[in-house]
Amino acid sequence: MLTPMHLAQLNVAHLRAPIDSAELAEFVALLEPVNAVADRAPGFVWRLKESDDDPTLTLSHGYGDHLLLNFSVWDSVESLWNFTYRSEHLPVLRRRREWFLRMAEPTTVMWWIPEGVIPTLAEGMERLGRLKADGPGPEAFTFRDPYDSSEAASLPAAADVRK
Amino acid sequence: MTTPAGAGSGLDDLDALALLHDPVRRSLYEAVAASGGDVGRGEAAEAAGVSRTLAGHHLDRLVEAGLLESGFRPQERKGPGSGRPAKVYRRSRGERSVSLPPRDYPALASVLADVVEELGAEEQAEAAARRAGERLARAYAGEPVERVLGARGYEPYEEGGALRLRNCPFHVLAEEQPLLVCSMNLALCQGLLGGLGDDPGRARLDPRPGECCVALSKTNGD
Repeated sequence: MLTPMHLAQLNVAHLRAPIDSAELAEFVALLEPVNAVADRAPGFVWRLKESDDDPTLTLSHGYGDHLLLNFSVWDSVESLWNFTYRSEHLPVLRRRREWFLRMAEPTTVMWWIPEGVIPTLAEGMERLGRLKADGPGPEAFTFRDPYDSSEAASLPAAADVRK
Repeated sequence: MTTPAGAGSGLDDLDALALLHDPVRRSLYEAVAASGGDVGRGEAAEAAGVSRTLAGHHLDRLVEAGLLESGFRPQERKGPGSGRPAKVYRRSRGERSVSLPPRDYPALASVLADVVEELGAEEQAEAAARRAGERLARAYAGEPVERVLGARGYEPYEEGGALRLRNCPFHVLAEEQPLLVCSMNLALCQGLLGGLGDDPGRARLDPRPGECCVALSKTNGD
């Protein structure tokens, strides 16, 4: 039998101003309530947190301070879609232009992982790079062009994640 | 995620919709659709004013046509005589539509939505949607908002003092371009409210899975 698959997603937002600036204050204030909605959303599995104690901290990473990263795992594309567009997250997402730059290139990527595997940020960035370079495919896709987990399960990439 | 139109039955759209010509079937369909969830045979029969047996027959025809879906709900009563799980019906997720002569506005709307996205013209799209709502309101001058939203296909219902909208009239497009379409829908509803002389601020985004993204607060200012 095939290993049950989960959906990993990485979103890279380009900040208009430093995260601790006044321009981003409203966004930072929304982090805790919106993350709480994600944490109790049906189908939510895991998200990378900077701190278990301070919910206002955003992920620190080595890809540049102007980038705000969101990295999470869900049980299906539909669960992630319902959280993204059918929860309290939507009104916040609508305000994205107040805080983030509009990018011509893809800023969000999804891919399938075997259940129980915690993906790495480096892999997520690599998948986003693949999406930018080659367009959507079973190994790096989007809501607009989703791929079924069965299409990814047979790919060597699914096995690579286990390492 | 989108269920293809007319999925689950061999009937084409026109044949499926023609089944609703029968007044009993039509009132049964409307009773199930208006509930927003699972409806038992007895409940649907009562709403349509027909016997349970006749209701069951017609409900099953509607399932065959792909207009309704059926399932089973466990009996609440336990013990001897509680019997089998009850058969329940809900509206099918697939869409049916007929246009004579043939028309295909969704395909063009989808292309235009992509253009808005590429141009980053969301603000202009929202402004245009607000004006469209105001224009629509002229045809309904003096009518209550709830009835106007009903006439526009939103299927409003009350919940906890607020007016929620069961149906998204732009469903297929909202699945393709949720951020753009939901923002435009909100603006359209606000324009409609304003045009009817109501407070546009009553409309806000309060999305839930399977429903319209907009809800209306009951009274002004909350």
